[in-house]
Amino acid sequence: MEAITLLLWLFDTLLGLGLLWLAWSALACPDLFRAIVLFVAFGLLLTLAWVRLDAPDVALAEAAIGAGLTGALLMAALAQLQHIRIVAAQGDAAQPPIDNASNDQPKINEGKGEER
Amino acid sequence: MSAEFQYALVGVGLFSLGLYALIVHAHLLRKILALNVMGTGVFLLLVALARRTGEAQPDSVPHAMVITGIVVAVSATALALTLMLKLSGATGRAELPDEEQE
Amino acid sequence: MIRNRWLLFPLLLALVLGLSYAVLSLPDQAAGLQKIAADKIEASGVSNPVTAVLLNFRGYDTLLETVVLLVALLGVWSLGGTDLRREIAPGPVLDTLARLLVPVLILVAAYLLWIGAHAPGGAFQAGAVLGAAGVLLLLAGWRPRAALMAWPVRLVIVAGPAVFMAMAALLYGLEGQLLEYPPAKAGTLILVLETVATVSIGATLAALFLGCRPPNKKEHS
Repeated sequence: MEAITLLLWLFDTLLGLGLLWLAWSALACPDLFRAIVLFVAFGLLLTLAWVRLDAPDVALAEAAIGAGLTGALLMAALAQLQHIRIVAAQGDAAQPPIDNASNDQPKINEGKGEER
Repeated sequence: MSAEFQYALVGVGLFSLGLYALIVHAHLLRKILALNVMGTGVFLLLVALARRTGEAQPDSVPHAMVITGIVVAVSATALALTLMLKLSGATGRAELPDEEQE
Repeated sequence: MIRNRWLLFPLLLALVLGLSYAVLSLPDQAAGLQKIAADKIEASGVSNPVTAVLLNFRGYDTLLETVVLLVALLGVWSLGGTDLRREIAPGPVLDTLARLLVPVLILVAAYLLWIGAHAPGGAFQAGAVLGAAGVLLLLAGWRPRAALMAWPVRLVIVAGPAVFMAMAALLYGLEGQLLEYPPAKAGTLILVLETVATVSIGATLAALFLGCRPPNKKEHS
């Protein structure tokens, strides 16, 4: 094989293995913040894969939406989730968690500031 | 193996990884991450198979479908995240209640 | 099923092997729709094949996609949204970054929109960059005035699907088929559609990030 074909094959193989490994790390990581960061990195590597597959329009869309917006949405949701967990832990002494065997309606903690 | 089929197999692998993580994890945010990875695997498969035309230009119809798919995936992720936050706000946990408690 | 991983592994392995076999047994070369698209591209009004497919050949799919964005936003709003992102004063780095980057992002979005006719780019990419600009502004602590958030933002968000559907109806009346452009005017019509779609997509994505419904004039919140 020519050198350039060999290099391209090597690049493709490394990119493919990197994608699989990043996806596995993101899904198996115990810390959620790290998992989301790895997922954003996965999106950026995916942009390289789209360029390699002669799909520049898809690469632009993936870089903007897949890596950027999805990462922002996930981070914001994680921050909100941790806020809810903190408030729930403070209110736990006054109110037990949901018991699935009972028929109680889930009690909404007034301290969470839900507005309807 | 040509580059297209390499990326197609990576897409299959991503889909299976995402499916495994979707089934195994109980935390809803991880499930949403797993769904995104599954969708990405499908997109890789589509675009990789679109490059098999044998000429310089790849087939553009799957590219358009994947762009549409990326936008739909992000809006579905936003809706799923809002649902997760509402559920977690109501029950205090970010996991669906398990019916068969042993 | 979650507890029994030893049942899960063989099934997933069978899935991977089956899918790999199916993928590898596909023919090495398959032209797909590339030849048909390449033949008709001069009549489509743009020279970028992906834009031609998105806005002309498969324009109906793009119309439905703008509706999907709107429905997702309606879903988020109808759930009551999440708590308004807590307002923290941004640090100097984020503040300066937002001030520097947002005008550049708007310019980049306009460039991507314009160049989409004959180079990689187009409405969705430009709309996503605009959405990213909106998210950056929101992260830096900007909240639009209440008067702006009532009906103008709703108008902008609805404008995408509405103008698309109006164009489809108009072309149906003129040409007898939904979204069948007259070949002489196709480029201009596609540009108009793309411009409205870009602004609408950007506003919808930023609103999806913000999460909470903008107040009506009647509610004083």
